[in-house]
Amino acid sequence: MDFQPSTEQKALQEGIRAFCEDRISLDVLPALAEAGGFDRVLWKELAELGVFSLRLAESQGGIGLGAADVVLVFEELGRRLAPGPIVWSELAAGLIEGAATGDCVVGGLDLVQVDVEPHMIEHLDALDALILLREDGLYRTTPDALQATPIDNPLDPLTPVHAVTSLSLSSLSSLSKAERIADAETAKRWRLDAMAQSAALALGIAEATLELALAYAKEREQFDRTIGSFQAIKHMLADMFTRQELARASVYAAGATLDHPEVGDVEQAVRGAKLIAGEAAMKNARACVQVHGGMGYTWEIPAHYYLKRCWVLENGFDAGHAHADWLADRLGAGATDGG
Amino acid sequence: MGERAMDLRYSQTDEKFRNELRAWLADAVPAHGTVPAEGDWDARRGYDTGWQRKLYDAGYAGINWPAEYGGRGAPLSEQLVYYEEIARARAPYVGVNFVGLLHGGPTLIVEGNDEQKAAHLDAILKGEEVWCQGFSEPSAGSDLASLRTRAVREGDDYVIDGHKIWTSFAQVADYCELLVRTDPDAPKHKGITWLILDMRAAGIEIRPLRTIIGGTEFGEVFFDRVRVPVSQRVGPENEGWRIANVTLRFERGTSFASQMVELKRFLAELVDAASRVTRHHASAWDDAALRREIGHMQAESDALWAMVKLSVSQANESGVPGIGGSAVKLVYSELYQRVGELAMRLIGRAALSWDDVGGWPNKRFLYSGMQSLSLSIAAGTSQIQRNIIAERILGLPKDR
Ligand SMILES: Cc1cc2nc3c(=O)[nH]c(=O)nc-3n(C[C@H](O)[C@H](O)[C@H](O)COP(=O)(O)OP(=O)(O)OC[C@H]3O[C@@H](n4cnc5c(N)ncnc54)[C@H](O)[C@@H]3O)c2cc1C
Repeated sequence: MDFQPSTEQKALQEGIRAFCEDRISLDVLPALAEAGGFDRVLWKELAELGVFSLRLAESQGGIGLGAADVVLVFEELGRRLAPGPIVWSELAAGLIEGAATGDCVVGGLDLVQVDVEPHMIEHLDALDALILLREDGLYRTTPDALQATPIDNPLDPLTPVHAVTSLSLSSLSSLSKAERIADAETAKRWRLDAMAQSAALALGIAEATLELALAYAKEREQFDRTIGSFQAIKHMLADMFTRQELARASVYAAGATLDHPEVGDVEQAVRGAKLIAGEAAMKNARACVQVHGGMGYTWEIPAHYYLKRCWVLENGFDAGHAHADWLADRLGAGATDGG
Repeated sequence: MGERAMDLRYSQTDEKFRNELRAWLADAVPAHGTVPAEGDWDARRGYDTGWQRKLYDAGYAGINWPAEYGGRGAPLSEQLVYYEEIARARAPYVGVNFVGLLHGGPTLIVEGNDEQKAAHLDAILKGEEVWCQGFSEPSAGSDLASLRTRAVREGDDYVIDGHKIWTSFAQVADYCELLVRTDPDAPKHKGITWLILDMRAAGIEIRPLRTIIGGTEFGEVFFDRVRVPVSQRVGPENEGWRIANVTLRFERGTSFASQMVELKRFLAELVDAASRVTRHHASAWDDAALRREIGHMQAESDALWAMVKLSVSQANESGVPGIGGSAVKLVYSELYQRVGELAMRLIGRAALSWDDVGGWPNKRFLYSGMQSLSLSIAAGTSQIQRNIIAERILGLPKDR
């Protein structure tokens, strides 16, 4: 047992961080939003960095790492709001030709999640391949097989969405071109991986929003003092830190449990992480707005991008309340991962 | 895949240790009987120290103490296994051994001299010595450094006059971690000294205080010209503040680990009670809001235990826990209070009795619901923990 990331893992994470700080600095977000929230050149660079092929065997052109490494990398991607369907594409690497290299941009729709209609699909215009995730398996189709209306004003300026109009939930027969490419078990595993990755992205947001708020608190002055000297602000920041650390522990535990299921209940670990990190991100993003005062309410301060991305993540691969319900059911069934 | 960390797997050695410990606990715990009646402090001391002695004889005392001081010197993973198994077996709580075992002894290991170590460490491990903590004073709680209990040097002794309060287990303690003011003219952090006080010394008066749960686990301690030999000073004169912070790091960092595992079990008990509570022809467990709340707490308690594992993995070479313990303590206190409150709400009007009624676990639920209020006060209030995080971790300006 050594729960800390190794030196090697820290180096991997730092490499990704350096790339993101250089290529996805907060200054480029407006331009990126302007360009529809997707940048093919950047996508290709992420692929070259190995973001999508982390878990592929070396013989397949990957690095042969595990879920723990993936959460570390996604933590950094979340911190910089990396755009595009990164979760789906990482999952699809190895299953769909070109996903790992970034030549085929893969997105998807999770049809297991119980949600309102219409279904909302992210980044549809950027996709080369589309995966429909159902309880009975994964189906591959082409993006144009969906009848979907583009949404003019997406909540997250960096996450374009379409409202799906033609999909019949109960039957995929309407999708003539849908091909079943994986079984139910794989679909289930994809959802767990996707939850862990979303949780890691959320952890990155919890960190980034604390960083932003902290920097502002140290610099902004009112009443002839930096606002960071007011205890109300200090305690808000201390709570942000505490939430971030709790989220880190649960996200890392999710990665470690996916890699070695013998250490606990995988689904319990992953759902717990999605709930805890999702909440940390959302609360920290809101606090980040508050610490910035009036500036926080403007489009100029990046806090809003983070908060909006939180909503995208929260509503993907089950929202927090669904995870809480699942965990309660598990607890009620008496099958807890007793420590 | 080379050697990679972020690994939660216990080794075969860890599992072997777990099996041995579990087997030992399976016999030892029931054999030790039940906790003595509330308020019978002599019996309580006998019960707690008797258990400590059994741990010692079986080789499980001082799980995180270095082997050269008689501890088990267990690797971090074995410490975690230990906390898990102790909670699982419902083994007796450290109780009166808390101060000596979890922060007094560890402070001596880091800061004491050879004679002091020889005099106390073994005795603490064997349950022969009980310690208490004389830090807080009526006008020095959160602002601990403003403490006023005076120590004046007279020959080879310090002569102590003053007043400590909320001293847990004072009435059964043999020794006390005592903070005194040795230089009243120096800035407040620079005139404090850390002493080992023999509680049998002349001039000490103890007055118990009644706590919120009706017990007398802490009290006031008055000092009237109490003599403490200079040889009982830990570290140099006027360096007590730094040493007190080592003590507090241990207290905040590692001393609550087994209770966090315990929290998980408490949640399972809540579910059990919820399925027995009837509301509107259904059980409380059929109440979606209650379930969701409990499911949420389950996620938090799993995350908290992961946080403990992470911070234990990060413990530095010296074994002194990092300031990250403040974040762990914040999460733990707040979560435990919510769980305790939920437990009391769950049993409705049955919660109007401390004693078990109608088959409900009143004692346990009310105790958790009310005792948990101390968690955000003792060992530094939650507000003080937030100050520590803000100032020492995040680098924000100091309050004063
Ligand atoms: C069950 C229990 C056991 C204890 N055992 C011991 C023991 O064995 N030995 C011992 O020495 N002490 C012990 N204590 C005492 C404990 O350490 C103090 O109660 C604690 O440090 C708070 O000090 P205080 O009670 O003077 O509260 P105060 O410091 O007066 O605080 C009152 C309120 O003001 C807030 N406050 C104070 N300063 C600040 C600030 N700078 N910023 C924001 N808010 C602030 C506090 O958070 C609190 O809410 C125990 C306490 C309890 C409850």
